[in-house]
Amino acid sequence: MTDTTSESANSRTTSRRSLLAMGGAGLVVGAAAAGGAVAVTRSGDEPQPVADTGGAVAFHGAHQAGIATGVQDRLHFAAFDVKTDDRDEFVQLLKDWTKAAARMTEGRVIGDGAYGGLPEAPPDDTGEALGLKPSRLTLTIGFGPSLFEKFGLADKRPEALVDLPKFPGDNLDKARSDGDLCIQACADDPQIAVHAIRNLARIGFGKVAVRWSQLGFGKTSSTTPDAQTPRNLFGFKDGTRNIAGTEREALDQHVWAGAGDGPAWMTGGSYLVARRIRMNIETWDRTSLSEQEDVFGRDKGEGAPVGKAKEHDAVFLKALKPTSHVRLAHPDSNGGIRILRRGYSFTDGTDGLGRLDAGLFFLAYQRDVRKGFIPLQRSLSRHDALNEYIQHVGSAVFAVPPGVRDSGDWWGRALFSKEA
Amino acid sequence: MRAVRLTVVTAAATAATLAAVTGCTQKSDAKAGGDHVIQVTATDDKCEVSKTEFPAGHVELSIENKGSKVTEVYVLFPDDRIVSERENIGPGTKQKLTAEVKAGSYEIACKPGMKGAGVRQKVTVTGGKSVKRDARLDKAVADYRTYVEQQAEDTLPKAKTFTDAVRKGDLKAAQAAYAPSRIGWERTEPVAESFGDIDPKVDVREDGLEAGQDPKTDWTGWHRLEKALWQDKKIGSREKELAGRLDKDLKDWQERVGKAEITPTSMANGAKELLDEVATGKVTGEEERYSHTDLVDFKGNVEGAEKAYDLLKPVAAENDPALAKELDKQFAALDKLLDKYRGDKGSYEFTSYDKVGKADRKELSDAVNALAEPLSHLAAAVVVK
Repeated sequence: MTDTTSESANSRTTSRRSLLAMGGAGLVVGAAAAGGAVAVTRSGDEPQPVADTGGAVAFHGAHQAGIATGVQDRLHFAAFDVKTDDRDEFVQLLKDWTKAAARMTEGRVIGDGAYGGLPEAPPDDTGEALGLKPSRLTLTIGFGPSLFEKFGLADKRPEALVDLPKFPGDNLDKARSDGDLCIQACADDPQIAVHAIRNLARIGFGKVAVRWSQLGFGKTSSTTPDAQTPRNLFGFKDGTRNIAGTEREALDQHVWAGAGDGPAWMTGGSYLVARRIRMNIETWDRTSLSEQEDVFGRDKGEGAPVGKAKEHDAVFLKALKPTSHVRLAHPDSNGGIRILRRGYSFTDGTDGLGRLDAGLFFLAYQRDVRKGFIPLQRSLSRHDALNEYIQHVGSAVFAVPPGVRDSGDWWGRALFSKEA
Repeated sequence: MRAVRLTVVTAAATAATLAAVTGCTQKSDAKAGGDHVIQVTATDDKCEVSKTEFPAGHVELSIENKGSKVTEVYVLFPDDRIVSERENIGPGTKQKLTAEVKAGSYEIACKPGMKGAGVRQKVTVTGGKSVKRDARLDKAVADYRTYVEQQAEDTLPKAKTFTDAVRKGDLKAAQAAYAPSRIGWERTEPVAESFGDIDPKVDVREDGLEAGQDPKTDWTGWHRLEKALWQDKKIGSREKELAGRLDKDLKDWQERVGKAEITPTSMANGAKELLDEVATGKVTGEEERYSHTDLVDFKGNVEGAEKAYDLLKPVAAENDPALAKELDKQFAALDKLLDKYRGDKGSYEFTSYDKVGKADRKELSDAVNALAEPLSHLAAAVVVK
């Protein structure tokens, strides 16, 4: 909380307002302690092992947080369209966003806070995160292909940021696809993630408009192999072989854009593919256990690959059916391709026919979309037995710039600076 | 329009800002124990005040709830309009309520259980120091009052064209006269809503009726006739009767609207509320669900907001030049976008909203958000420093 609000807590007699303010002041201590602990043990550049779920994740670093960071429990993901054609105005928004994002990830209010300001003006911060912990909030920005058609950025577009081809079975809704920008908000508390997107959207009004957004309620992948592998809505462990936040070499090889990969402004960044994958929950639930296990290629209880006893036992591909999901998605079936998955289960209520409008909001980070998601999905979309139970209904791809180095740096600085 | 219950809240909130004028920013004036601080002790059956007479200007009520029920405390004009209020004061808690009051009689009401008329205390505000004034803002208020009166005056004959057509049973003429009859109302709606009782009579939608109200007998006003004209496509004796009611209720509005409390803050908040109306009722197509003339109302709302802004601009531009620049830009952008939906500027014949597709509605919604966000900061930019 700001100094102003702490002051007002002292100067007022006990009231609901000042009680709140004191709660807020208490939070400063908590946030500082949590932030401090993080700062002592690791910088933002380092992979974050399973953390105290209330703590703060460092915002600054060589890479943006929210990629190799241990996957938090909740997601609010938003795609934006740019509404201004004024480059300076857009750059100012990126700076304002960066500042607000840094504060929110520390568990602090934005601007002059949620109360105590001018009574005639709406408060800067919307307030629903007051009294909550930072909850490992990470905010990660990405730039979509269409952004490069604006502001004279055409020659800055990385070759790796390709428009995704149409895959067999795609039934994409334009209103849930694409976007000039995206912000991924992950936190262990859903209110923290929603607060972050809501406030960034508010700061953006007039400059950008939310195109679509997606809430995710349960992580389906983990970047922390020591922790229990989460299950997707089909009830199966997912992402057993995901790239871990501690696998520095694998991250450099498969996730981070390296020097010389493309434009210099992307070095240390990554490429994000987001897919809204609707699951036919009811028909899946009527499928026999043996077929379910055949479809995945793992057993439902332990998550062990066919013919093996333990989840983390090496997969013997030939033991799996040729159309099984795990076999088709396995690096050995794809020339060693690995992507870092960070998806979330979603349920947006029901669809009017009484069926759950639910599925997987798939998020995958990779060094090059052409060598990552595209070949993988080409194979999966043609052969995966799982296709009978899923449909891809939304799609987007983004170039995720490298991290914000310090408090003087801002999201996209290297892209928008003249010499880049 | 708003749902009835919401209208009452809005009226209260508007009245509160009207009277509060600039007071709340002058917290430092109210030094503890000074002339301007009144102790209010609320219990389940009492509302004790430390003094019943105090000087005009900034007052602070230091409230303590010693009762067992959650209470609320109001400062009321003699006619029960709200000067300022504080709700949800829990048992054993203290709250503050500030207001800017002119000389005159008032009542302080404690409402244990937050219902009923409450326990009242009559108080008198004497001469005291007056509220700081800015001549430019006084002019803005005066000009806005003239605008509001003019809109009401111009509306009556347009409404009569509409109601005459209904009385004649001329469906086509009535449909044609419907939307034009509403423009003056839509431009100045927050002022009309500040009375609380007129809006539910003339501009309520069927879903705005309260539980227990029967649409057959209790639903009156424009939207009741809209439904008859576009959905039922029938004009019967009830519709003709309601046409007369509408004339009468609008006449009542026209006669009273000049007496509304208007302040720079209420003008600015009113402008923001007009955009709220657009965002919640028009962009969604809910307001004119039968006639689909939403864009006419939309335009009226924006024009009314722009008028209030233009009048406040000399002060707003001085206090917050960046805000004024942004508002100029976003008003222009929204006006330009709306022009896409009418043949020529000056015409109020807009594209029927059922012909406006999803993507175009999204574009309109984005433009409304782009304007409404900076507009929400206008009130703070016209506070007298």
